[in-house]
Amino acid sequence: MAEPLIELRGVTKRFPGMKALDGVDFRIEPAEILCLAGENGSGKSTLIKIVSGVYDFDEGTLLIDGVPVSGFSPRAAIAAGIQVIYQDFSLFPSLTVAENLAMGRLLSEGRRFIAPAECRRLGAEALARLDVTIDLDARVGELSTADRQIVAIARALMSETRLLIMDEPTTALTGREVDRLFALVREIQAKGIAVLFVSHKMREMLEISDRICVFRNGRKVEEGPTADFTEARITRAMTGQDLGHERYVWTGDAAAEPRLRVEGLSVGDAVRDVSLELRAGEIVGLSGLLGSGRTELALALFGMEPDHRGAIFLDGRALALTSVPEAVEAGIAYVPEDRLSEGLFMSQSIARNVVASAIDRATRGPFLSDEAVTTLAERTVDDMRIATTDVDKQVGKLSGGNQQRVIIGRWLLTGPRVLILNGPTVGVDVGSKAEIHRRIRDLAVTDGLAVLMISDDVPELLHNCNRILLMHRGAIVDDLDPRGLEEDDIHTRLKTLR
Amino acid sequence: MNHLAKLMRRSETAVFLIVLAIMIVIGLINPAFWQADNLFNLLRANVIIGIMALSVLIVMVSGGIDVSFPAFAAAAMYLTVLAMNAYGHEGVLLPFIGATLIGLLCGLANAFFIHTFRMIPLIVTLGSASVVRGLLLGLVGTSIVNIDRMPPALIAFGRSSLEIGGAKLSVMVFVYLGLAVLVWLLLTRTMTGRSIFAYGDDAESAKRVGFNTRRTVYVAYGLAGALAGFAGLLHASMIWLANPRDFVGYELDVIAAVVLGGASIFGGRGSVLGTLLGVFLLVLIKNSLIIMRIDNTWQGVVIGCVIVVATALTAWRDRKTLA
Repeated sequence: MAEPLIELRGVTKRFPGMKALDGVDFRIEPAEILCLAGENGSGKSTLIKIVSGVYDFDEGTLLIDGVPVSGFSPRAAIAAGIQVIYQDFSLFPSLTVAENLAMGRLLSEGRRFIAPAECRRLGAEALARLDVTIDLDARVGELSTADRQIVAIARALMSETRLLIMDEPTTALTGREVDRLFALVREIQAKGIAVLFVSHKMREMLEISDRICVFRNGRKVEEGPTADFTEARITRAMTGQDLGHERYVWTGDAAAEPRLRVEGLSVGDAVRDVSLELRAGEIVGLSGLLGSGRTELALALFGMEPDHRGAIFLDGRALALTSVPEAVEAGIAYVPEDRLSEGLFMSQSIARNVVASAIDRATRGPFLSDEAVTTLAERTVDDMRIATTDVDKQVGKLSGGNQQRVIIGRWLLTGPRVLILNGPTVGVDVGSKAEIHRRIRDLAVTDGLAVLMISDDVPELLHNCNRILLMHRGAIVDDLDPRGLEEDDIHTRLKTLR
Repeated sequence: MNHLAKLMRRSETAVFLIVLAIMIVIGLINPAFWQADNLFNLLRANVIIGIMALSVLIVMVSGGIDVSFPAFAAAAMYLTVLAMNAYGHEGVLLPFIGATLIGLLCGLANAFFIHTFRMIPLIVTLGSASVVRGLLLGLVGTSIVNIDRMPPALIAFGRSSLEIGGAKLSVMVFVYLGLAVLVWLLLTRTMTGRSIFAYGDDAESAKRVGFNTRRTVYVAYGLAGALAGFAGLLHASMIWLANPRDFVGYELDVIAAVVLGGASIFGGRGSVLGTLLGVFLLVLIKNSLIIMRIDNTWQGVVIGCVIVVATALTAWRDRKTLA
């Protein structure tokens, strides 16, 4: 048998106060697609950084083609044919596609001058290798995320690449784009290049990889051919426990006045004549391809699309939602898709983030009371099981799952009657995800909160919703009862909408 | 068709059309506007602001901002003129090299602080401007070198012109355009130039790809300083006067011109052609205000509005391309 492309033997990496990797044996074979699974903090990122030469390690050996290597550096990793595509792609939006592609080569040749014709030639070669066409003269900033990713891949494959590491490459892609990416990954594999794939999405891991390697708390806990794995087994390996998979059942009164009633809502061309009802305690899923109008619908319900037409009723009372304060006042809460840019104040403390939407509950007279802020924050931390002991900690230092809990917790303080969640667990690891789901279900059952859950994650919808709405081109085209439905039913339905 | 659409989307085209429209309107009000004399004067008025705008463009593309160039220009100009007088130097080549070097050193000092301590460029350049002006006035002197004491060689150089169609076009216009071509070549045809764009886009990624980002910062600010120093002395030779308190308030005009030309204050975006057009537009606006006898104080209001509107338009454009 041939030597593994890269092998780690008993590698340990310590950081102050913790072992990020603990005696890990790990290998990547030539031309295989290997998936790395694990929760945040499980050691995945550390492993990637060791393999790409960014981190040194404390114990163990690293072998390339069976030969032990010492003093492995990023430069040495590139020389060995290891390329990493980071989540942000590291591209330059104001340079052209051709320049972005050619830059690395020209730099490594120590060039001083740059000729557009040569850039275009190098760029065209790189794209031709992947058999894709993208306008070489377009600025990268004008491309879609999927095209940017392809440029990043093409750039990574310009040198003699033997291993391509992709860190959560599907996070920002739509379903069709993921399919295209996977086709590309298989082509790359066919050229004899190994791919190390990091993803949070089980379905994707099972679909694309040859082998799966699961990490937990800095140790490799499972490893094997993908055929041996199921979602449940990966989850168990990642979290060390079985997560409940019983579906949500709504037992409310279907004849009661709906909590939220929307009639003939239109927002420009994005949402067309949508009517829907949400009853107390219901968790209603909303899915559809990107651009289906689902986000615009949510924004309209949150007062962010003042030019909408149609009527919105809360508990039978008509609302004129033309601004966010009006929506909040009425009892509508919205957790946005992108918590980094829309939801959280990253450099501020947990406490300040938590009270941001409910400032009037933390005042004494006209002033903000530190004591009240701390009390509210501590209660939220407790309630949402946010993993910290210090409410003054910066939100930016929490994991994605905990950040998401901070946002949800914040909105719960406003005492909402309708909670709209847009991608509630995007980029959140399995354990946190289960925790967030549990909390949302609790709220629906005990407080009678009506929840609208927008998501691309089909298992998440099936598991948590008592109804699932599908949107297409601005209209609701399906109102599904998840009982008796399987994941594939919904995927098939979504595919026919394309 | 596609090419035309692309052309229309470029901000340079928009600025060009605005310039054209204003020129036509002014020409209708006062046909004397189109006389060669007037147009050549207008071009001459572009030179100093234009060279300074090139300096600011480089810094802005790198994602920074520079408000120290007027101080550097004043220092380079005043020190060089004093030195020329002290040594009775009769050439102009050496003095211009000297002024450029003074500007370069000041710019490198900016780069040192910005790169070494990861400081915000606005703060660094505000500080260095204040220090340089203070030292110049405190240590060197405050008296204006008038025309009777200006080095004759410098005056002669500043006066040199070409006769075209019976009107005189200052040679300095060609110096300015020559520098513009050099800066254009640097920004678009050299790795260093592209590294300035890359750095302005994303400093971290630039590093990852393998650019020497320290060098990029030093080149950007050093070059900006050098251009400012050169522009300073050129200014003295064109107005036959060296005033150490000169160039106060130029920051606003120059930055306005660069932003008008389509550069983004967030870095990564900007072109030499756009900057030339922006400078021309700004000078045109200021000139027409003077022709229309609008008070000096109101000019500030107009320029301020122009900056805000131009920035709002670029921000709006950027948001649209993102969406």
